[in-house]
Amino acid sequence: MTAPVSGPISGPASAAVPSPVARMTPGPAPGTSSDPPSAVEGCRLGALRKGQRAVVTGLDESAVATPLPPGELERRMIEMGLIEGARVEILHEGFPGSDPLAVRINDHTLAMRRAEAHAVLVTLG
Amino acid sequence: MSNSAVLAAPVLASLPRIALVGNPNCGKTALFNALTGARQKVANYPGVTVERKVGELLSPAGARVQVMDLPGTYSLRARSPDEEVTRDVVLGRFEHESPPDVMVCVADATNLRLHLRLVLELKKLGRPIILALNMMDVAEARGCRVDAAALSAALGVPVVPTVAIKRTGVVGLLDQIDRSMMVMVGDGPPAPCGWSEPSARDLRAYHQEVESILAAALRDAGKPSLATQRIDAALLHPAIGLPFLFLVLFLMFQAVFAWAALPMDMIEGALGWVQAAAGAALPDGMLKSLITDGIIAGVGSVVIFLPQILVLFLFILILESTGYMARAAFLLDRLMGGVGLHGRAFIPLLSSFACAVPGIMAARTIENRADRLATIMIAPLMTCSARLPVYTLIIAAFVPERTVAGGMIGLQGLVMFTLYAAGILSALAVAFVLKRTIFKGARDPLLMELPAYRLPSPRDILIGLLERARIFLARAGTVIFAIMILLWFLGTFPGAPEGATGPAIDYSFAGMLGHALAPLLAPIGFTWQIAIALVPGMAAREVAVAALGTVYALSETGDALSGSLSGVLAADWSLPTALSLLAWFVFAPQCVSTLSVVKRETNSWFWMLVMIAYMTLLAYGAAFVTFRVSSALLGG
Repeated sequence: MTAPVSGPISGPASAAVPSPVARMTPGPAPGTSSDPPSAVEGCRLGALRKGQRAVVTGLDESAVATPLPPGELERRMIEMGLIEGARVEILHEGFPGSDPLAVRINDHTLAMRRAEAHAVLVTLG
Repeated sequence: MSNSAVLAAPVLASLPRIALVGNPNCGKTALFNALTGARQKVANYPGVTVERKVGELLSPAGARVQVMDLPGTYSLRARSPDEEVTRDVVLGRFEHESPPDVMVCVADATNLRLHLRLVLELKKLGRPIILALNMMDVAEARGCRVDAAALSAALGVPVVPTVAIKRTGVVGLLDQIDRSMMVMVGDGPPAPCGWSEPSARDLRAYHQEVESILAAALRDAGKPSLATQRIDAALLHPAIGLPFLFLVLFLMFQAVFAWAALPMDMIEGALGWVQAAAGAALPDGMLKSLITDGIIAGVGSVVIFLPQILVLFLFILILESTGYMARAAFLLDRLMGGVGLHGRAFIPLLSSFACAVPGIMAARTIENRADRLATIMIAPLMTCSARLPVYTLIIAAFVPERTVAGGMIGLQGLVMFTLYAAGILSALAVAFVLKRTIFKGARDPLLMELPAYRLPSPRDILIGLLERARIFLARAGTVIFAIMILLWFLGTFPGAPEGATGPAIDYSFAGMLGHALAPLLAPIGFTWQIAIALVPGMAAREVAVAALGTVYALSETGDALSGSLSGVLAADWSLPTALSLLAWFVFAPQCVSTLSVVKRETNSWFWMLVMIAYMTLLAYGAAFVTFRVSSALLGG
């Protein structure tokens, strides 16, 4: 129904430890504000701010660098309730850097880092 | 005739077994406690380090049933060692064990959208299942209404509403267990199930099915917990969150010392009485020495820490059951990520402040193997209770009872705090190095549930504490017991010859070993007495003070010993030596129990040896630097 939005080219899989030189994971650096997401086209859960609500439209794990084998992050996210049609809301942001996020997903709340939330495609509202 | 009679008899020579399965935070353990009460014990799965919790219940029909509490898991696709145990038990992969006869799936009635998927996965295994629809009280409070009958019809599985912490619905559950077991016996032995890991598409299909079931059975989803959101707005607030957490931790440690003081005195008094009684009852000789000095004093020196461990675990259990632990992991994830650790590593490290043994075992919930190993390797650097007697002794002997900062802070307390901080900072530094070198790799995703806050049940906490006490005392009665006998032997034989002038321990194997090590320890400022005292002290930190007492030929015990010993040490040692010994104690791997748990949890000798090597090197290095620098500064 909704095609996944083409996101930034994912960097080579490498340690997601924050490094001062170059960020390998695409997406906004923690603490900086993202470009205001357009209400029409989709955006990523990792770009939302506190209080924003959205509906999940897809999962794109190529956007996240993790030590997990391919396909594993997607399965874990589905198992934790991140699935197409789920209603999400950003409840709290961590400190410092507004990372990690406390996200309400349907009937439960999940803590996740912005970097991994970038794998979740959502539309606002 | 007799052959067929034997074959026809039901294969229930052992008790029928049911297993409790469910997501974390569904109230499974409370239900286990409700079903089994105090009739539960902890044992070990064959060949696996995760402990199994087994209890027994008496069903209304009069059958004795074995109940297993399996570690919580979100899916049968196991991601960590304890989830693997759940998977293996459920699938019957343990060699000498058949899969459970009936599975009781426990689900949170307010969160069925997440919890029902596991129920569907388990249903596929083809074995009798009962769904315990738990936390019905919370559901009612939030206006969440589930039609249990419709749910049962849609799922094809019997559903029993329960409120585990209030023990409600347990009778209904027991009745259902009886019914399911009769059905099972009638059907004969279960067919072997072929289970394979579901793909992303399978998982999505499961969720579709859950949605259609909920459409039929969920009358009202209810509102999310307002209280939880309001509390989190404060406790996860950028300005309040971390300070509040540190305040909680600070209060916790204060309570550990304050509340444990009286019970520890009582235990010490009891030990003294037992020792005197044994001394009076037994004839002089080796046996009396073995029993009073070896066993009672030795095992007693470990058992005396039980109050501190229990108070710390009381707080940990309360924090976990209220749901605050997940918030702590949330708040610390960023900081711990700075050294490469997962936020979840907080709990094993916190437990290690009481004793590294349960702390290391708690690392089983960390999914990523590299993260888990890194956490295990740094856990012993946390200042455990057993280091305190030595710290207290040396501080009392060498640090004046002054105050600094205009009378606000006691110097002795400040030094103690510095030692604690040194343990924590060194653990973080070692983790940083480990995660950049041998355990290199990004962290696993956080993806951690933040459960709704709820009031803990005092009864469940008490049962949890009793379990902790039982495990600790069992270890004291076995491993520690054996070690203390060995140490007594090393410290007594071959014994002083006629007309000997030095302390008795000087002429024993321990003494010989100490004298042999003394030249190695001289560069870090250790005297030969310290070298001898370290021989038993390397096996268990708890005996270090008593060993020093023996070396200095003092015959008191307990506080009297510490009192006179600090006087003796203040006269005999230089300040650089004392500081050097403190630095040694921060790092040195002086606990056979910890090392044996590391070997068990990592399933190899290798990591245990690595731990011995790196901690000894750090200890020697830190003691060396401390001794040289303080000697230079103080000219001592």
